[in-house]
Amino acid sequence: MARSVTTQRKTINTVLAWAVGLLIFFPILWTILTSFKTEAQAINDPPIWFFFDWTLENYSVVQERSNYMKFLWNSVIIAGGSTVLGVIIAIPAAWSMAFVPSKRTKDILLWMLSTKMLPAVGVLYPIYLLFIKLGLLDSRFGLVIVLMLINLPIIVWMLYTYFREIPGEILEAARMDGATLKEEIIYVLTPMAIPGIASTLLLNVILAWNEAFWTLNLTAANAAPLTAFIASYSSPEGLFYAKLSAASVMAIAPILIMGWFSQKQLVRGLTFGAVK
Amino acid sequence: MATAQSRSAARLMMTPAVVLLLGWMLVPLIMTLYFSFKRYLPLRGGDLGWVGFENYVRFVTSSAFWPSVQTTLIIVGGVLVITICLGVLLAILLDQPMWGQGIVRILVIAPFFVMPTVSALVWKNMFMDPINGLFAHLWKFFGAEPIQWLSQASLPSLVMIVSWQWLPFATLILLTAIQSLDSEQLEAAEMDGAPALKRFWYIILPHLSRAITIVVLIQTIFLLAIFAEIFVTTGGAFGTKTLSYLIFQRVLESQNIGLGSAGGVYAIILANILAMFLMRIVGKNLD
Amino acid sequence: MNTTIRALLGATALTATAMAASADNLTIATVNNGDMIRMQGLTDDFTAKTGHTVEWVTLEENVLRQRVTTDISTKGGAFDIMTIGMYETPIWGANGWLVPLDDLSEEYNVDDILPAMAGGLSHDGTLYAAPFYGESSMIMYRTDLMEKAGMEMPDAPTWSFIREAAAAMTDRDAEINGICLRGKAGWGEGGAFITAMSNSFGARWFDMDWNAQFDTQPWKDTLEFYVGMMNESGPAGFATNGFNENLSLFQQGKCGMWIDATVAASFVTNPNDSTVADSVGFALAPDNGLGKRSNWLWAWALAIPAGTQKEAAAKEFIEWATSTGYIELVASKEGWANVPPGARTSLYENPEYQKVPFAQKTLDSILSADPNNSTVEPSPYVGVQFAAIPEFAGIATEVSQEFSAVYAGQQSIDEALEKAQAITNDAMEAAGYR
Repeated sequence: MARSVTTQRKTINTVLAWAVGLLIFFPILWTILTSFKTEAQAINDPPIWFFFDWTLENYSVVQERSNYMKFLWNSVIIAGGSTVLGVIIAIPAAWSMAFVPSKRTKDILLWMLSTKMLPAVGVLYPIYLLFIKLGLLDSRFGLVIVLMLINLPIIVWMLYTYFREIPGEILEAARMDGATLKEEIIYVLTPMAIPGIASTLLLNVILAWNEAFWTLNLTAANAAPLTAFIASYSSPEGLFYAKLSAASVMAIAPILIMGWFSQKQLVRGLTFGAVK
Repeated sequence: MATAQSRSAARLMMTPAVVLLLGWMLVPLIMTLYFSFKRYLPLRGGDLGWVGFENYVRFVTSSAFWPSVQTTLIIVGGVLVITICLGVLLAILLDQPMWGQGIVRILVIAPFFVMPTVSALVWKNMFMDPINGLFAHLWKFFGAEPIQWLSQASLPSLVMIVSWQWLPFATLILLTAIQSLDSEQLEAAEMDGAPALKRFWYIILPHLSRAITIVVLIQTIFLLAIFAEIFVTTGGAFGTKTLSYLIFQRVLESQNIGLGSAGGVYAIILANILAMFLMRIVGKNLD
Repeated sequence: MNTTIRALLGATALTATAMAASADNLTIATVNNGDMIRMQGLTDDFTAKTGHTVEWVTLEENVLRQRVTTDISTKGGAFDIMTIGMYETPIWGANGWLVPLDDLSEEYNVDDILPAMAGGLSHDGTLYAAPFYGESSMIMYRTDLMEKAGMEMPDAPTWSFIREAAAAMTDRDAEINGICLRGKAGWGEGGAFITAMSNSFGARWFDMDWNAQFDTQPWKDTLEFYVGMMNESGPAGFATNGFNENLSLFQQGKCGMWIDATVAASFVTNPNDSTVADSVGFALAPDNGLGKRSNWLWAWALAIPAGTQKEAAAKEFIEWATSTGYIELVASKEGWANVPPGARTSLYENPEYQKVPFAQKTLDSILSADPNNSTVEPSPYVGVQFAAIPEFAGIATEVSQEFSAVYAGQQSIDEALEKAQAITNDAMEAAGYR
């Protein structure tokens, strides 16, 4: 039975939700607007809202100064690569935790999460030295590995919770039919878990995309992603709000667009096992 | 259902993840421990020999240590309280029928996609700047003296910036949980004449407890490590130095690796105390 | 037709490989300051002349420092050229981390580098970094506001005059602050300003035995004067203002006076960015009658980390970027006012450059700063607004954070000085000085 809702209540909900939504979104909206202003308009007192001469000048200045596509490509490779690699390593682990649980399963999960608590700054030197030894400095591969390791605990946990919701009887049945373990994972388990895997992928791409400590400190010219791109616009000389806004929009636009297209998936999928 | 065979297969399948994470934990940990007992000053020629517990004593007796622990706890606690309270309210609101629900949801989760560096830069310059910031214009419009956000209200400002970034995450998880709530139960309560506040307290909140636990756990892990927000906005001034920022100062600004490593060990200990505390709650709530 | 294309492709491939044999690809770390960004735009000229290509890593100053320091102290080798300052160069040079620049070509004319700059970028008489631009600090003031206040700026004013003039120029209703100064935490921001200022009040960081001197009267006088003047005539929120914040305030016409880096002169007189470009005057940084002025000395310089495979190409780049030829290149494209200043003697002898309004005051300021003798009482360190010891950056950042808390009204001057004294002595003890 669907709840019957009066139009009046629906209107109130709508107005309230839109107001809150716009308030939360406002800083991003303001950044987007500012990116189309001139520097003088950007700091105009009182602030100018919509009625100004929209200009693309800031974007062309930013593009002229730095090779945006290169940073973007590095971000895509690093965020995408680390997530895919992480999921490949995590699926078997999550499978065995979900379907062959032992007394220690929960401890192992929590231990994995606790590895994320090591403060990154404290280990910068050791990791930097290690990277030099291994020749991984300023390489995309090195960052893929580091970000994969950073996010692996989250990936394992998310997958574990999705797998656990898959009824064990279906797997039993497949086993009865003579499916091997490999077939069981590939043909039975994975298709059922696809929504869960998808939201795991999404969340971890976002986390990897926004990671700004290792990506900045372990790169130079070759592997630098968008987090390094933004570091060259953060406080230059003179008026910079408009250019900073343009660079900011360029840094967040790809992931924002991806997020918008997949928001349904995210809203449905981000449970971490919170829903029984 | 688990046979001995499937057990060993399971163990085998867990191995890559466990081994990798063990390595990722142990290698830096051992190196940090090693450095923490050394006088290691890169700008003075590197390794200058063993010093026992000197770094540990020095780090903890520094006047900046306890304030930094306090700041860390205030930021983590403040952000958790704000994101969970607002997150629950938002999740309930977004679950109501309305026009344009999809678009509103997009607007609400958008901050989650913004890099911490970008969000700190935008808030600092375009909103909190005492002269050109939007808030200053707003305050002046109402005839008030603009607030110097990042110096006079530095901690609340930081908590606000970080909360803005994490509110979408909390909302998302809580929303998923609310959507799984049995609506018949709610309706029954409504028909019995239970007031909205009671329905919230006795039905919705208990149902959300698991989701809240998850939010607390995941956010705490990330919040303990916040760095870019502080680096960009205050640079650790005005009482915003967290423990991890203090370590950053020791390692990178003072170039004292030994001292910073000792700080790293303290941070690990603090994180684990918090973790144990959390795990105890979570452990009860997870299954 | 197909064959022609293939032949053409083959020919291009051949030239490409031929070039690659002698051409290197340099990775250069630099600051996102205006002059460096201009240099990036002109890189093609370098590539055309030498065949070497350049990859830029442009970062904000604080990020850059942390990035290059990590890399050089671990011998990471991520960069072929680093942009560093007068603080890092002698320390790194002493550690043997930089390639000595003692064999630069005849036509580069090393002796043309301003002696003050060359001195600050050397260790034991060997040059380790070539100055891209150099700066001191001076007063930039609004001639129109000064006139309106009925005062006249002397060439070399005292602090008490500045305070008086600042109060006279201040007009809160018109959003004009008499004086804008750095208050932002960070050793290179507010820390640099207050240290340079304290020199003119007779303060110093350390006595000859490396004891911190924050418990002495001159430091108290410095802070009391600064805070008093800024509360009277400074902008709201000056505790978080650094170079950039003050620059944009001045460009918007919200400051009567601004004491800061001489390089800012070209930004505030540039009509494209500045609303007050035609009414800016210059004067030497103030003093207090104690024989030391409150101006600093700094250079952004290019250095080559020891161990790079591309030393020869890197030297070619440094010779290109810090040469008189580069200055002429910028002059021809952007005008003389926009050339990188403060590095070469010949620039100040150039009649074209002498026409630039701030040229002479910049040179005078640079010449009046002496890193080897910057304090009234003797001090054991080299440097005007810093002490060239490895520990200084860390200590001074923490100390300046305490000072910024005073500026924001969060603690008293005495509390801050007490903490500064403890922080400094503690760190010096940890480093083995005391």
